[in-house]
Amino acid sequence: MNLTKTSRRGRASREAAAEPRRNPRNERPNQRPPWEEPPTVAGNVAKGATILAVLAVILLPIYSVIMTSFSTKASVDAAGGLVVVPEGGVTLNAYREIIQGGVVTRALVVSLGVTVVGTAVSMVVTVLCAYGLSRPRSFAHRTILFTLILTMFFSGGIIPSFLVVAALGGYEQYWSLILPSAVSVFNILVMRAFFANTAPELIDSGRIDGASEWRILWSIVLPTSKAVNAVIALFYAVGYWNSFFNVLLYMPAANEKWPLQLVLYNYVTQGFTMAGTGRTELGGYLGRQQVAHLSLQMAVVVLTLVPIMLVYPFVQRHFTKGMLIGAVKG
Amino acid sequence: MAEDTGTLPDQVVPTRDPASENGSGSPGSADPGAADVPDLDAPPERRWTWRTRLWRDKSLLIMTAPAVLLLVVFNYIPMFGSVVAFQYYDIYNGFRNSPFIGLDNFERLFRDPNFWMALENTLTISAVQLILYFPVPIALALMLNSLMSTKLRSFVQSVVYLPHFFSWVLVVTIFQQMLGGAGLVNTLLRNGGLPTIDIMTDPDTFALLVTSQAVWKEAGWGIIVFLAALAAIDPTLYEAAAVDGASRWRRTWHITLPGIRGVIVLMLVLRLGNALTVGFEQMLIQRKAVGFQASEVLDTFSYYYGVVTSDFGYGAAAGLFKGVLSMILIIGANKLAHAFGEDGLYRR
Repeated sequence: MNLTKTSRRGRASREAAAEPRRNPRNERPNQRPPWEEPPTVAGNVAKGATILAVLAVILLPIYSVIMTSFSTKASVDAAGGLVVVPEGGVTLNAYREIIQGGVVTRALVVSLGVTVVGTAVSMVVTVLCAYGLSRPRSFAHRTILFTLILTMFFSGGIIPSFLVVAALGGYEQYWSLILPSAVSVFNILVMRAFFANTAPELIDSGRIDGASEWRILWSIVLPTSKAVNAVIALFYAVGYWNSFFNVLLYMPAANEKWPLQLVLYNYVTQGFTMAGTGRTELGGYLGRQQVAHLSLQMAVVVLTLVPIMLVYPFVQRHFTKGMLIGAVKG
Repeated sequence: MAEDTGTLPDQVVPTRDPASENGSGSPGSADPGAADVPDLDAPPERRWTWRTRLWRDKSLLIMTAPAVLLLVVFNYIPMFGSVVAFQYYDIYNGFRNSPFIGLDNFERLFRDPNFWMALENTLTISAVQLILYFPVPIALALMLNSLMSTKLRSFVQSVVYLPHFFSWVLVVTIFQQMLGGAGLVNTLLRNGGLPTIDIMTDPDTFALLVTSQAVWKEAGWGIIVFLAALAAIDPTLYEAAAVDGASRWRRTWHITLPGIRGVIVLMLVLRLGNALTVGFEQMLIQRKAVGFQASEVLDTFSYYYGVVTSDFGYGAAAGLFKGVLSMILIIGANKLAHAFGEDGLYRR
């Protein structure tokens, strides 16, 4: 490339950088710019209708599922199915019944356990690997990075993976729900991009003071990247909480080890299509006259939903950024 | 801003040149105090052999070891484990002692009508998703981008992102409760004396059902990339076009769409490359409801033959067939992107 041209462009952009040309948040301004024509009535109506439809299609089902789980048998009978307006009152009986021990309680404990342990394992592995690859010009980091990224595009397929886990004795073991899916290369790339951007002055000062890489990671890099760590931990947690197929693969018959998703699948999703079989294992102690079976089923749905809803506001604030960093710098 | 550019006419060039802007590398590299501390930011020097660098970075390498180990065990070994596709695999003999039978599994596969049915279902569902699902996030992103109120925009965004975090079991259950035989919609239809719909168990409309579930769950999530692409379009282009008298639609057609063309092509390439991967869990969960004739796709075929009936070599052959075909699709889709003058997944 032409040298003089480069330097001229460099100087120009350095001076231009003094006054930001664009909106710093890189979003549309809140005010309509003067050159833009005001919206037409038809346009506004169409836009409003689309937004309302989109919101209703997503929120209404969630709302009525939650409502049904809180409804009395009278409400469910009056509605003839899913409840939108509980005419016969609300109650906590469905929850009282399913958490009194039995299938759902056990599954809840398993799900929470797998999620907590799995997230811890994943985070340790991810943080270490992301930091290990984030130092510029370290030995073999390109080779290792390539090795990791290759697995995003090629996989051995279901059968060989199953055979490997089975050969290691993972059949019907809890670790088979955690270790095979413990590493997300995408998350490593996102975190690596963050670590690589940690202020080099801080890291250099630590190094001058004689800190080892472990110490730098623990005392400098981790405290300055709490937000991204939290978001990635939550991503992992949501993944473990939602995991379904690997349970079906590695412990299809061990129903005492099933997490909540499998209980939902077997006693609600399949129970629903095989309608008319009467009571399933969800109905515990209170009996049918007090709680509608549908309420019990919907209470299971809500239990799988609640943790997601709890962490969602927190994740939602950060994930767009994470997604894009991973996409751009990966 | 207008008068600024007026006074400095030759500085309008917006391209930033990070190399010249950041000046000279890292300030720490000249620090005399760091003489015997290996400085990773310094350019690699001749006197450091690979042994020295290995020793210097040993703790970094140890840090990457757990992840690499897990990926080797659970990703790379299965990749080589695909050899079972050429074996009469017996779980007691393992990879090493099972007899090789050449291409017998593949011959059987290509004669199996159920395999062709699975391939046909996969391609049908993929095509329906490409036509009906793919444009939705783009349209939603354009609509959201045109909203003026930041509050409304971020509220809609947080609602449409939400279903992405639900499991497929949860999504299918919610669909059943809404559209199933005893679901909310049918209850309302029945109360109103109207004929009920039977989409949850109808094999003929299964591709549509699967697509609508995918739209419900993932369309909102899909807008993130497009919104970012829209935000990156230089707003002065719109201003200039408006001054020249271009209407809203002409600005959308001549500025917005070309501005996000690269991202659209990239997403299309990814979609085409993944054409053989269609909602595995979705199919498993709804297999009983609609029957396997409609819901069998390549992944479920591989799973049912390989694991459920313990015909591991046969299932792995189906999996390997899918893997090889997917690779060809990815390369083909990239060639297509290059033909359109875009980068695609990798550069030419």
